[in-house]
Formats: sequence, C-alpha cells, structure tokens
Amino acid sequence: MRFGVVRFPGSNCDQDAVRALQYLGYRADFLWHQETSLAGFDAIVLPGGFSYGDYLRSGAIARFSPIMDAVIEEAGKGLPVIGICNGFQVLCEAGLLPGALVRNKGLKFICKPTPLRVEKSVCQWLDLAPGTVVEIPVAHNEGSYYADPKTLAELNATGRVVVRYCNPDGSIVPGETAPNGSVDDIAGICNEAGNVFGLMPHPERVTDGVNGSRVGGAFFTAIAKHAAARA
Amino acid sequence: MKHYEIHVTGKQGIHDPAGENSLHALGNLGYEGVTGVRIGKYIQLTAEDSVTEDEVREMCQRLLANPVIEDFAVSLREA
Repeated sequence: MRFGVVRFPGSNCDQDAVRALQYLGYRADFLWHQETSLAGFDAIVLPGGFSYGDYLRSGAIARFSPIMDAVIEEAGKGLPVIGICNGFQVLCEAGLLPGALVRNKGLKFICKPTPLRVEKSVCQWLDLAPGTVVEIPVAHNEGSYYADPKTLAELNATGRVVVRYCNPDGSIVPGETAPNGSVDDIAGICNEAGNVFGLMPHPERVTDGVNGSRVGGAFFTAIAKHAAARA
Repeated sequence: MKHYEIHVTGKQGIHDPAGENSLHALGNLGYEGVTGVRIGKYIQLTAEDSVTEDEVREMCQRLLANPVIEDFAVSLREA
C-alpha cells in the first residue's frame, strides 16, 4: 500500500501526513505538484497548509497545478483521494467535491481539538462506525463549509456527509455546534463513489500518539483494504 | 491595451463575516444609519486589445471568482 502525499508550494502538513502513514505501516512518498503521473500510487493525500499563500482563495491556484489533472482523472476512475484542510479546499475548487469553504463565522483562526460525529455515509476512508465520536484537531481560517440548499439536500440524501462537528456527547445543535459556522455542521464530505473524501480537521496529527491520541489512524486504515480490493 | 475592472462579491446568503463585523464597528463609531456592509474584491486586469470581454468572463468563471459562492461583474474601463 503506497500513498502519495502531494506537496504544493505552501503545503505544511505534508510531513505530518507522511509520518502518520508510515507510523501506520504504509509506504508514503511525497509527490511534487509539477508531476503529471500518479502511476505506482494506491491512494493520494492532498495535505493541509497554505498552498500559494492562500492567494485569491484558499486552494484556487493549487487547483490548477499540473498534478491536479491526473488527480481529477484518476479520482474519476476510483483512485482514493483524501483532502485534509487545505486539501479539502483544493478538492472543492477543483470540482471533485461540491460546495466551498469560506471564512470562519467568528473571523478567528480556530486551532483546537474538536469532537466529530461519524455519520452513516458511502465514504471508503473511514474505519469507524456511524455514531462514533472522535476528537480531532482543527486548524483553519477558511473552514466554514457552504453548499446551496439543493446540493446540501443531495449530500444528505446520498450519504455523502461523512463527519459533523458535535458536542463531546455526540449531540448537535443545528447551526450552532460547528465552531466555524459550517452549514449543517458539516466537517467532511465525500463524492458519490466514496473514494474522494475532504475534511477540515486533521486526523494525521493524532495518529502516531505524539499529540496524546492515535484516533486519527482510523481515517486511513479502511482505504488500504479498498485499495487492495481494487488492485 | 484594454483595462478591465472586475468586481467579485459574495453571493446573497453567504456569510460575509468581514462585512458584518465592519458594520458592527461602524455602529460602535456612532454611524447609526448604516444598514449593510458587504466586502468583496476589486480586480484591475490589463490585456492586449485581442482579449475579449467574453474571455475575461471565462477567466472569472474558471479562476478569478468561485461561482459557487461569488458573483462577478466585468466592465471595460475607458482609458
């Protein structure tokens, strides 16, 4: 199982991702954004950070990096892709996931451990049962998820809302629980096939135990089984 | 050369925390009559005469604006 972690100019969670994946026992290598082929990789990680300094909009310029043509093409054929934080923003800008991420409601950069509730979804990445609550750190300024009502209804109806912000007991007060103002308290969504997953929280930061938790590993282990079945 | 002016603004219904907080701050300064502030982007684009307004709109669609959350308006500025 070999992961490719894409490095855009300004990515800064790329090393965390590689370290987390290697800790889990997988092979993980960096992929420079100028590459045009994903041959030899079983899954792709678009990491967090501030690609191109967040100029114009977060992810707007990275979305046109040469490697993104290959990511879009291979994702369409079922290659697993996860976008974390800035990577989620890139996936939305690229049209691989619907909606967009806008400025946090309270204008603050939010950096703290945040409880998430796993929803029943078609996502191939999660090794966690629906209803499970996990605490994963968030660190973002433009993390407020937005989709128009029609798109939102479709996401809910097709099991594409993967994780929601919640209280520590798993409860959600609609419209109030998300720390950043995300519509429907959405923290992460996937595409119809479930192979493309984007989320604002950072599971790679709580995988190897250095930050006091290893719960994030469950965001990467399931996809290895899917990738093995696909190969 | 042509000089285009592009205004990019958040769609109605999209949170504009910078605008909302500026409105609040104006109230704190004593400007009671202000009822709305929305903050967007203003882009000056200079191009060869061969570049058409349709092409500039396409640039907005693809990169300069995000149609999911933003509206844009393009106008040609008389030199």
